[in-house]
Amino acid sequence: MSAVVTSPAFKANAKAALADTELQKALALVEVNFIVRRRAAADQLPEFEALRDEARDIKDHALAHLDLYLEEYEKRVVAHGGHVHFAVDAEEARRIVLDVCRRLGAKTVTKGKTMIGEEIGINSFLEANGVVPIETDLGEYLIQLRGELPSHIIAPAVHLTKAQVAADFRRCHADLPRDRDLTEPTTLAAEARTVLRQKFLAADVGITGANFLIAETGSSVIVTNEGNGDLTQTLPKAHIVLASIDKVVPTLEDLSQLLRVLARSATGQEASVYTTVSTGPRRADDPDGPNEYHVVILDNGRSNMLGGQFRDILRCIRCGACMNHCPVYSAVGGHAYGWVYPGPMGAVMTPALVGIDKTGHLPNASTFCGRCEEVCPVRIPLPKMLRHWREREFERRLSPATVRAGLRFWAFFARHPRLYGLATLVFARSLAWFGRRRGRFRFLPFARGWTRHRDFPAPMGSTFQAQWRSRRRSS
Amino acid sequence: MSGRDTVMASIRRGLGVSGREAPRRQAVESRIAGHPSGLRPARGQLPPKERLELFVTMVERSAATVARVGALDDVPAAVAEFLRRHNLPMRAQRGADASLAAMPWAAETTLAIDAGPPDPASLAAVSRAMAGITETGTLVLASGPDNPTSLNFLPDNHVVVVTAADVAGDFDAVWARLREKYGESLPRAVNLVTGPSRTADIEQTLVIGAHGPRRLHVVVVGEAE
Repeated sequence: MSAVVTSPAFKANAKAALADTELQKALALVEVNFIVRRRAAADQLPEFEALRDEARDIKDHALAHLDLYLEEYEKRVVAHGGHVHFAVDAEEARRIVLDVCRRLGAKTVTKGKTMIGEEIGINSFLEANGVVPIETDLGEYLIQLRGELPSHIIAPAVHLTKAQVAADFRRCHADLPRDRDLTEPTTLAAEARTVLRQKFLAADVGITGANFLIAETGSSVIVTNEGNGDLTQTLPKAHIVLASIDKVVPTLEDLSQLLRVLARSATGQEASVYTTVSTGPRRADDPDGPNEYHVVILDNGRSNMLGGQFRDILRCIRCGACMNHCPVYSAVGGHAYGWVYPGPMGAVMTPALVGIDKTGHLPNASTFCGRCEEVCPVRIPLPKMLRHWREREFERRLSPATVRAGLRFWAFFARHPRLYGLATLVFARSLAWFGRRRGRFRFLPFARGWTRHRDFPAPMGSTFQAQWRSRRRSS
Repeated sequence: MSGRDTVMASIRRGLGVSGREAPRRQAVESRIAGHPSGLRPARGQLPPKERLELFVTMVERSAATVARVGALDDVPAAVAEFLRRHNLPMRAQRGADASLAAMPWAAETTLAIDAGPPDPASLAAVSRAMAGITETGTLVLASGPDNPTSLNFLPDNHVVVVTAADVAGDFDAVWARLREKYGESLPRAVNLVTGPSRTADIEQTLVIGAHGPRRLHVVVVGEAE
């Protein structure tokens, strides 16, 4: 029941995205806003780079002792009267959530932003079982109205323009007066606030995600800007936290370090507006808060990643910096990646969670420019991991025949350096001769993929290796 | 096998461990018991006077407003002034916090202050923060009858009182105070609040006032020692 994976259609998705003028208008803003703001926030904190090292080390330590920290965490949640449910896969997680809703006779469920909720497809499952889920994060609410997946992990509706949002509100908000001004983000946000305020007050159960779980205190932590997550978890009878095994960190001091890099990497804020540390259900003297507190800890294939080449991706704290800085993401947007997690982290996570045989071109949706790794707050070697996936793709014969033939051809020369030098010399010389007049080619055999979109520059006549040798001789 | 056992077994298989290794258990126990701090940014380590100045600057940078008053008794006048300035009804709600209760509210004859359970219709709330965090301009609010959590999120306008003595340098200093005050058991919710509610979900345009308060007004009481 989780969303259908359309990753194998990445090329077609990307082509459609490039032709979508509204999408391109919306994406043009990603580059200016997120990148500039992150840079400014990082520059204002001299310790930022050192903090990234510490954040990486904290997550590495937590992952290396994951079984034990989860036990410590669980013990303390239970001591505070909360419940911890481990779920092997998406189906088990959905079942746990539905059981809580059914037992409480829940009609509506408000939701704070949760990527795990997206991963397990909780909304369509609840709906099919007679429980109405209501997204309350503005971006999530917008895509729920459209029946779409998020296109970004922290800005789910980053692919939409305000005109599209206004049209959706006119379509979906029954009581909306015709003359209501919906031309600006301020008026649109106010409209959503009014509609959702009633939903918050009426909901029986609130579901949120978790940015972190703290073993020391048995707490779940959410980091938001809107305040929707807090209304979601404070007002209803029960609070269900959807988390995954990789979210646990040892102590509050470790939380400090991760908070110091998270908001700056994500939105370029010094701190997000609301960081909430929640521990158990309502206490005896509490005037508010949920009577029940449940934490669902999802595995869904992550434990298998601990032993192999992909453990480092489990450090991810979901800031979105990798996609904000990715030239591929900013050209095609998040939906082209075809599942829940887009961008570089998505191209690494998706094959691991749904299988490399079902994700087609995803590992190739990268130019290996390395910007993602450069900005990752926990220093995940994303390009290296994409390369691991490409290797597996090749080993399992999942890559197209032309690619395989091309690689074999190249590999032969790469293993024979002298022949390689000779072949490239002949090739470069003859291309230089043919292209001597224009200095570029509009058409080249076997390179249509390139020349269809742009000219191919003619080589100058000498190879890199030849230049390298002559430079070494002269120095 | 239960879901829990399956997940744990799979994690241990992935890590190549049994879970019974003494050095691993030792590492986890001592990390939790000792909760060592990592690198603490210099801006959170200032002497009291500079710390308070930076705190105020950081709070204002988060799009909140700040009023400085001399003593707790001056807070009601500051609340009234805030409500008047924004043309709001002269009514606010508070929790059972003893320091808030002891303030001379009656002196503000036009202002009605209601103590009691949160009311979704209230337009303004007054809370007492247990701490401020200088490194980010953040307020720390602990749940409970004194300062109910819903007051932090339901009303459109939130006034938060913090004393100069409660303004800490950084996150780590606040964790130490939490442990000192609450021992091993944190309050149900500890809200770290940095500025008024906001969203940038539509065309990445910043809009102040998403689901939580549209205005956050911080009343800083007293001077640094």
